[in-house]
Amino acid sequence: MTPEPPTSDPNAPDALGHWGEFGGQYVPETLMPALAELEAEYERARQDPAFLAELDGLLKDYVGRPSPLTHVARLSAEVGAKVYLKREDLNHTGAHKINAVLAQALLARRMGKRRIIAETGAGQHGVATATACALFDLECVVYMGAEDVRRQSLNVFKMKTLGAEVVAVNSGSRTLKDATNEAIRDWVTNVRDTYYIIGSVVGPHPYPMMVRDFQSIIGREAKQQLFEKEGRLPTIAVACVGGGSNAIGLFHEFIPDQVRLIGVEAAGEGLEGRHAATISKGRPGVLHGSRSYLLQDQWGQIQEAHSISAGLDYPGVGPEHAHLKLTERAEYRAITDDEALEAFQALSRLEGIIPALESSHAIAQVLKLKGEVSPDDIILVNLSGRGDKDMNTVAQALGVSL
Amino acid sequence: MTTTPTGTTTDRIALAFAAAREAGRTPVIPFIPAGWPEIDATADIVEAAVAGGAAAVEIGLPFSDPMGDGPTNQRAYEEAIANGATPETVFEAVRELRARGVSVPLIVMGYFNPLLAYGISRFVQTAVEAGVDGLITVDLPPQEAGELEQVAREAGLHLVYLLAPTSTEDRIRLVDEHGSGFVYCVGVVGITGARSVLSDELPEYIARVRALTDLPLAVGFGISTREHVQRVGEVADAAVIGSAFVQLVGETPREERPARVRAYLEEITGRDPG
Repeated sequence: MTPEPPTSDPNAPDALGHWGEFGGQYVPETLMPALAELEAEYERARQDPAFLAELDGLLKDYVGRPSPLTHVARLSAEVGAKVYLKREDLNHTGAHKINAVLAQALLARRMGKRRIIAETGAGQHGVATATACALFDLECVVYMGAEDVRRQSLNVFKMKTLGAEVVAVNSGSRTLKDATNEAIRDWVTNVRDTYYIIGSVVGPHPYPMMVRDFQSIIGREAKQQLFEKEGRLPTIAVACVGGGSNAIGLFHEFIPDQVRLIGVEAAGEGLEGRHAATISKGRPGVLHGSRSYLLQDQWGQIQEAHSISAGLDYPGVGPEHAHLKLTERAEYRAITDDEALEAFQALSRLEGIIPALESSHAIAQVLKLKGEVSPDDIILVNLSGRGDKDMNTVAQALGVSL
Repeated sequence: MTTTPTGTTTDRIALAFAAAREAGRTPVIPFIPAGWPEIDATADIVEAAVAGGAAAVEIGLPFSDPMGDGPTNQRAYEEAIANGATPETVFEAVRELRARGVSVPLIVMGYFNPLLAYGISRFVQTAVEAGVDGLITVDLPPQEAGELEQVAREAGLHLVYLLAPTSTEDRIRLVDEHGSGFVYCVGVVGITGARSVLSDELPEYIARVRALTDLPLAVGFGISTREHVQRVGEVADAAVIGSAFVQLVGETPREERPARVRAYLEEITGRDPG
């Protein structure tokens, strides 16, 4: 029953979805057949030219890919190296999320599943999922923590406008982890006709691998675009990490190369206070179907994360990141709420680009590299989303009333 | 399973199932989270359930993110954690019960992360020393349980795995190969919680499992009435009462609990209160 590893990919997990000690399938037995079915269908789809052609067409004509690679001159001068932004913020729905959502919606359709569920924190993944469901005429139920529903009312209204049902989750901390629990409960109950579109490189195998594969278009495009502009690889690639899908999407292509990879977690109010720096401060454990670093107390109870950026506000992280950390292939840093807010304003003023608060963490890390880098170095940053959704949060943090 | 040289078993689970069967009853296994409703409530609740005819008891190890559980158990777990419940709470209750002479199988049910945080070897060793007979870990299917399985086997602790109506032949064989004590057959496609009707699929599903394993089969999730227990008893070897029992305990003031818990078990097991 053990299938062969899917590809010759040097960073592929083993046949049961493990990267070293991380990953795997820690789920109630009810879901095991569904995971096996998904894995088999994904294997067929990824080798099916018709599937790949349809996905490519959607990414080009609906999402607007390839996303541009922008050289940011004033930010570069500030940092003292050549900085390029991979513009996932210019995708339809405003972030990288749509890449993996459209692909999974196509998979769901292939599998004959007409009902889609998703979890969402800030609402970006929920909006992307609701968008794909509208496009493919699929029933869509999005689970969102009651606290997030309150904080992100605009995205709730967007999802409803797109025809999705939004379920406010009142259990636990009423945020993303609880929304994820509730989505899993729905899946356990309705697994026979329901596809669960997970929003990041988390969850049980094959999700972390599959979502990574769908997001790896980010790094592939960036590599080619950078070759066209500079004729070489970046020196450093930087991306923010919540669950870690935009970071893996950027890193994957560069893992075999001589490129320094930096993942940026949310240090929230500081690493000694409330934060979401799972890799920097967490310990290995099992949550939501896989083994990875977690924020947990001494008894293994999951702790609440905190970040000004709702998309990074999660006490877990994708298992492949845990592996990249343990094997020292990637380094992980943490940026506070205040540093992210400064970077949000800096990029807006220097380049006329308002970044999402998530992506602002990556920009802040780039600013911190000043002095460590030289003018010849190329820094490639994944600008994973745009900041429209965060204007209220930022205004509030800066004491501005709208 | 421990077997004496004469071939008679000393395994508590096998003995308990056999004893109930001999008395013409379906073995009933109630579930109760440790450290709930009060941190020191567990031993009294379990003792009363056993007095009422429970053939075995599952004691829940509280977890902050119980993704296989419905609202009743979620709330109980949350309150138990707020009460300060930890694995120590489970072990203390089991030690106390054994000291009081309770001899039915006591099985710990929970999620993997608290066990992992406690340390797999330390957890298994402490559990066995306290008098725990088996362990059910909702989010740990056999293919991920290698380390725990090795330690548990050496210590003589049963690892009870779950199967579901969606389980394929491969999965049933895997559980047969790796599990011991009994198989926990989840009776519905879904999470824990009391339901008014049992699944129509149950007989066919249990027959499918039965054809591929000799382990006893307990059915749980959604069982809440005497009639459910009887129907389960027609096809399976034991019935687990989870959320319905948790609900009853939650509604009952502490001083009335021993009598009500005992009466509830007597009713649902069909045992003569004499």
